Amino acid sequence: MGNIVIICEQKNGELVKQSLSAVKAGIDTAKATSSKSFLLLIGNGLDKAKESASHLGADGVLVVEDAALASYTAEAYAIAAAEVIKSQQANLVLATTSAFSKDLLPRLAAKLRAGMVSDILSIKTDAGKISGFTRAMWAGSVVADVEVNADIIVATVRGTAFPHAVKVDTSSQIIPVSVKIDPGTLKSKSLEIIEHKSSRPQLTDASIVVSGGRGLKGPEGFKTIEQLADLLGAAIGASRAAVDAGWVPNDLQVGQTGKIVAPNLYIAVGISGAIQHLAGMKDSKTIVAINKDPDAPIFQVADYGLVADFAKAVPELIEEIKKVK
Amino acid sequence: MKILVTVKRVSDPEAKLKIKPDGSWIQTEGVKFVVNPFDEIAVEEALRIKEKHTGEVVVVSVGDKVVTEQIRAALAMGADRGIFVNYTGAYDSFDIATILQKIVEQEKPDIIILGKQAVDDDMGAAGYMLAELLGYPQAAFASKVEISDDKKKAKVTREIDGGLEVKEVELPCVITADLRLNTPRYASLPNIMKAKQKPIKEFTVDALGVTVKPHLIVKKLTEPPKRKGGVKVESVQELVNKLKNEAKVI
Repeated sequence: MGNIVIICEQKNGELVKQSLSAVKAGIDTAKATSSKSFLLLIGNGLDKAKESASHLGADGVLVVEDAALASYTAEAYAIAAAEVIKSQQANLVLATTSAFSKDLLPRLAAKLRAGMVSDILSIKTDAGKISGFTRAMWAGSVVADVEVNADIIVATVRGTAFPHAVKVDTSSQIIPVSVKIDPGTLKSKSLEIIEHKSSRPQLTDASIVVSGGRGLKGPEGFKTIEQLADLLGAAIGASRAAVDAGWVPNDLQVGQTGKIVAPNLYIAVGISGAIQHLAGMKDSKTIVAINKDPDAPIFQVADYGLVADFAKAVPELIEEIKKVK
Repeated sequence: MKILVTVKRVSDPEAKLKIKPDGSWIQTEGVKFVVNPFDEIAVEEALRIKEKHTGEVVVVSVGDKVVTEQIRAALAMGADRGIFVNYTGAYDSFDIATILQKIVEQEKPDIIILGKQAVDDDMGAAGYMLAELLGYPQAAFASKVEISDDKKKAKVTREIDGGLEVKEVELPCVITADLRLNTPRYASLPNIMKAKQKPIKEFTVDALGVTVKPHLIVKKLTEPPKRKGGVKVESVQELVNKLKNEAKVI
């Protein structure tokens, strides 16, 4: 079995926490298949990310740093990643599912003529070899056992399905790799990143998520649940309906086609619970639903359901939590 | 401008699905099939670009003869003509990208628009694979597309983690549609009638010179563990009490 390369996402030179799921999946699979695991960082000015990546227990950290890679484009990063993967003779390439990896990995897979599998829930090994994967289909209503028959397999890894790699005392070797990128040939460039600034935890990292839906009736409704979120140190999430209506930014959407989350506590307020939304949160440890429709499907997955109007229930909830905190 | 747009036939996202007893696939009897919702958005965007910049919208689908229903649906929305690639075997995203590559080489569109993912297999790969095979730039998860006056570039706003990115791509390019790109129009009755007369050209994969050989093989489908619903609480006080003392999450 060849090497395993785990592509780590970095933002402004720092390792993105979500990547730790793929790191863990990669390191564990390397152990099960007697192969080596290498983390791959691509960008420019990566000192902080290199430092974090070197303490995760991988066999090495491959680093491609180049001014032409300072801002991310799938076109340039796919060239860099493909060069490294070929030179490492890797036959498994992983990255945690995110907007970054969903853009980059299929392009990379095509470049490598690799087999691609998206958003895997598990990696199966048998007699020291990878024997297959599981992944969700049809908005999570089905789990599929799949096989990928290819010399190189490229896979995105669902963050909530794998624990995070933890910091170790040993340090992995940093291996700089130089890749020639000619910006003139790329035909694309990133003009601007419009960041949705928030002091709250990231949706995919938070241990508590408070989500709102159509039942909140407008952006003012979100103000109410934001108070609850801030009291709990929670992230804010939303159903598709609330995002489509423009009440909250797009990257807060939880569901099949948005973010998949599995916090300790998920509080769904004014969310009816369409299957597409459930696909994004049904693995949460404890689910609370507050909805004034007693027949809302969200109650079928909620551990605790409260049939009530949010405008009355949420302020009460805030007061009651203050009492016990 | 010529815009090529893809439509996939998928089971109705609202349909309640059952797995076949042998686990080989889902039961399709009695299930309604529709255009993948993201592809509908792709078709709408293609039509809007055509309406603004003039040109032609060509819609392509791959599969069994029945996928012509979805091609007709796109033609009824306003696309000009269809391409049907007749193939009934198993395939993966790379096979689809390879087939589409051949269509692009014949049609030479300025822009190719696909849905960001299909809501049945949730793979989200074919568009980016196609871009790579063609050596075209890609703009994934588009929520806004602006074509430059000289029609040489597209400025695409993309939905990414933590916000939005504005990316500039040279044409020809591949764009994948996200939810907020537009609201697809309904086909009017006259347009549904008109669509019946619009041409659909048929190809086999052999005629395109493609050998379909999927890397990814689905072995078995199972139902995920069902989450049991819990209790309904009567009051906010009871809820907080349970969260604190039973679930121990606050």
